[in-house]
Amino acid sequence: MTVTEIEEKRAVRRIAVAFAISALAGLSLAAVYVSGGQVQAEGLLLFLALAGLGWGLAEWAAKLLPSGPEVGDYADPPRPGAEREVAEVVEEGWEESFGRRKFLFRMLGAAAGAMGLALVFPIRSLGPSPGTSLLRTAWRRGSRMVREDGQPVRAADLAVEGILTVFPEGQTDQADSQTVLIRLDPSVVRPVPGREDWTADGLIAYSKICTHAGCPVGLYRVATHDLFCPCHQSTFDVLNGAKPIAGPATRALPQLPIEVDDEGFVVAKGDFSEPVGPAFWNMPQ
Amino acid sequence: MIVPKVVRWMDERLRISGFSKATLRRIFPDHWSFLLGEIAMYLFLILVGTGIFLTFFFSPSAREVVYNGSYAPLRGQHMSQAYESLLNISFEVRSGLVMRQIHHWSALLFVAVIVVHMMRVFFTGAFRKPRELNWIVGLTLLTLALLAGFSGYSLPDDLLSGTGLRIGYSVALSIPVVGTWLAFLVFGGEFPFGNIISRLYVIHILLIPGAIGMLLGLHLAMVWRQKHTQFAGPLRSETKIVGTRMWPTYAIKATALFFLTAATVCLLAGLFQINPIWVYGPFDPAKVSAGAQPDWYLGWLEGGLRLMPPWEVRAFGLTIPNPFFPGLLIPGLTFNILYAWPWIESKFITKDREAHNLLNRPSDVPVRTAIGVAGLAFYAVLFVAGGNDVIAGLFNLPLELVTRSLQVLLLALPLVSGIVTYRICRQLKNRGAARHAHGHVIVRTSDGSFETVEPEKA
Repeated sequence: MTVTEIEEKRAVRRIAVAFAISALAGLSLAAVYVSGGQVQAEGLLLFLALAGLGWGLAEWAAKLLPSGPEVGDYADPPRPGAEREVAEVVEEGWEESFGRRKFLFRMLGAAAGAMGLALVFPIRSLGPSPGTSLLRTAWRRGSRMVREDGQPVRAADLAVEGILTVFPEGQTDQADSQTVLIRLDPSVVRPVPGREDWTADGLIAYSKICTHAGCPVGLYRVATHDLFCPCHQSTFDVLNGAKPIAGPATRALPQLPIEVDDEGFVVAKGDFSEPVGPAFWNMPQ
Repeated sequence: MIVPKVVRWMDERLRISGFSKATLRRIFPDHWSFLLGEIAMYLFLILVGTGIFLTFFFSPSAREVVYNGSYAPLRGQHMSQAYESLLNISFEVRSGLVMRQIHHWSALLFVAVIVVHMMRVFFTGAFRKPRELNWIVGLTLLTLALLAGFSGYSLPDDLLSGTGLRIGYSVALSIPVVGTWLAFLVFGGEFPFGNIISRLYVIHILLIPGAIGMLLGLHLAMVWRQKHTQFAGPLRSETKIVGTRMWPTYAIKATALFFLTAATVCLLAGLFQINPIWVYGPFDPAKVSAGAQPDWYLGWLEGGLRLMPPWEVRAFGLTIPNPFFPGLLIPGLTFNILYAWPWIESKFITKDREAHNLLNRPSDVPVRTAIGVAGLAFYAVLFVAGGNDVIAGLFNLPLELVTRSLQVLLLALPLVSGIVTYRICRQLKNRGAARHAHGHVIVRTSDGSFETVEPEKA
């Protein structure tokens, strides 16, 4: 036997082994399925079945088939009739039709344009008009604060440095109304001028929606008294009107004016100080 | 043999001989980097196959249900039907989890291979005349692949993907003048948008794959028509193509590559967990998880949002919100420059308007290569910034220090890497030119051996 014959024989043996592994893996895969399925086993057996096929075929092509290199031409041989440039044919046809009837061509353009315009309108059905929906939330004067499960919040429920996520009563599905209620030591709060009576017994409420990209400002860091957004790391100073002190946010978290009613429940005195959430182009400044 | 018989039967009726003979004799140049696009195509096929399986069990509904399945930690919880059906695919449907994981791993690799394929095309100048159109089709395919990924990983309605959607909504909202309307039309209203899942579902399983399928066909047809580019070498020229014939060698090799690609994603899917939505929990608009990263191909956008300083434009009562700049301006510029690149280059850099079938080595066009490397450095820093909290935690560094350093790197690294790349390319080019000009010099040393030396030393 010559060297090539020996090599060829070895290649044939290897390819046969690869296909055999693939076949065995395929049968085992079916068995795994029948016996209830198991993700790691399925992945491994699929790998063996597919890799066996792939390896066998690759070896087949590399060792048992002519591999060239062969030489060809980039340009295809010219076809009869191809001498005349296609652009000429198009131009000729254009002149015969639209080119000679300029008026009709313009009318055709007007009709097509008008229809195109009309077909844009149904896009409007995809969503409501923004209207004032971005400017307001569900909070109203006298809205009682409730937790996510609908349970009302009493002023006594929160210890100093305690925090709760609250909604207006009956509106726990209104995502834009989510609010953080924090109890602070009343002596440390520096209220924003004009908002001196927006807090009650050290309770202070801010919109929970980050003014940067709208994530919930989920993390209250007691040591530094700041609210931290885990998405893009905007940080808001709770003691100082929730002004941004780090990260990409540029605007303070809107504050909700609150008071404690006669029964000890926390209620809102109105809507937020500004529109909540991420900014938009015509947002009131 | 049955195959030749079938072919003969077809030929007698459809007269396929003329076209098919030319097809079977087609020559494909051999180089490992020419296989990248092929791998992307195979991944698309795998995505369609596994995706069809998943559609039979997924329910794109926001209707609230109480979970009562076999995953104990979530039992009794309120969730959308979409999330519940994904839990069922993962825990109840036999071989559902492996299908889901193959689908997700293939999606990650699909975008990755397209990006590497595009880098190959860019750095070798394969986009030059006459292939500018295919560059445009290819870029559109990349855009669609990104949208397919985002729309797909938002479908489970878990806490992580819901957060991704609301960030996407905030970025849409930030567009000047049309942002509010656009966001409301795309998402169907104000956050948390009632029917976004069913909308994304149609986009994910019909519109995007349909568009990818059509453009992929066009992409291949153009490669077919123009034939594949090749690197310079013996017998190879602008008019002569050298390689392997389509039938049988290349076809069998290509089939082998399909199976090996499929084998790789199956191994990953079996052994490496991906997107364990049951860990994240169902979406709740008032909750968010820390250390949340999107799928890798959106990392650069997430990084941009994190690195952007707290600036925004306010003038004449109007606002250009902060997320607009990293979220839309940077990707907008990126894709516009990429789309225009073949023309930018031929007009301002190489002034070369000839048609080419021979590829460049990256050192042949130092300016292009330098700009490409600088661009890659820029996106790499953005990508790393997408995990700035992970880095800060891993190395126990203050988060602000990590962010600040990355902001500096974002500006410095592209500049430095671009200049260094340019220098290296110039040097390689000059050395190559000198060798061509003077030829190789072979000298015989005193002990009788032979050695090749630089021409100037001879």
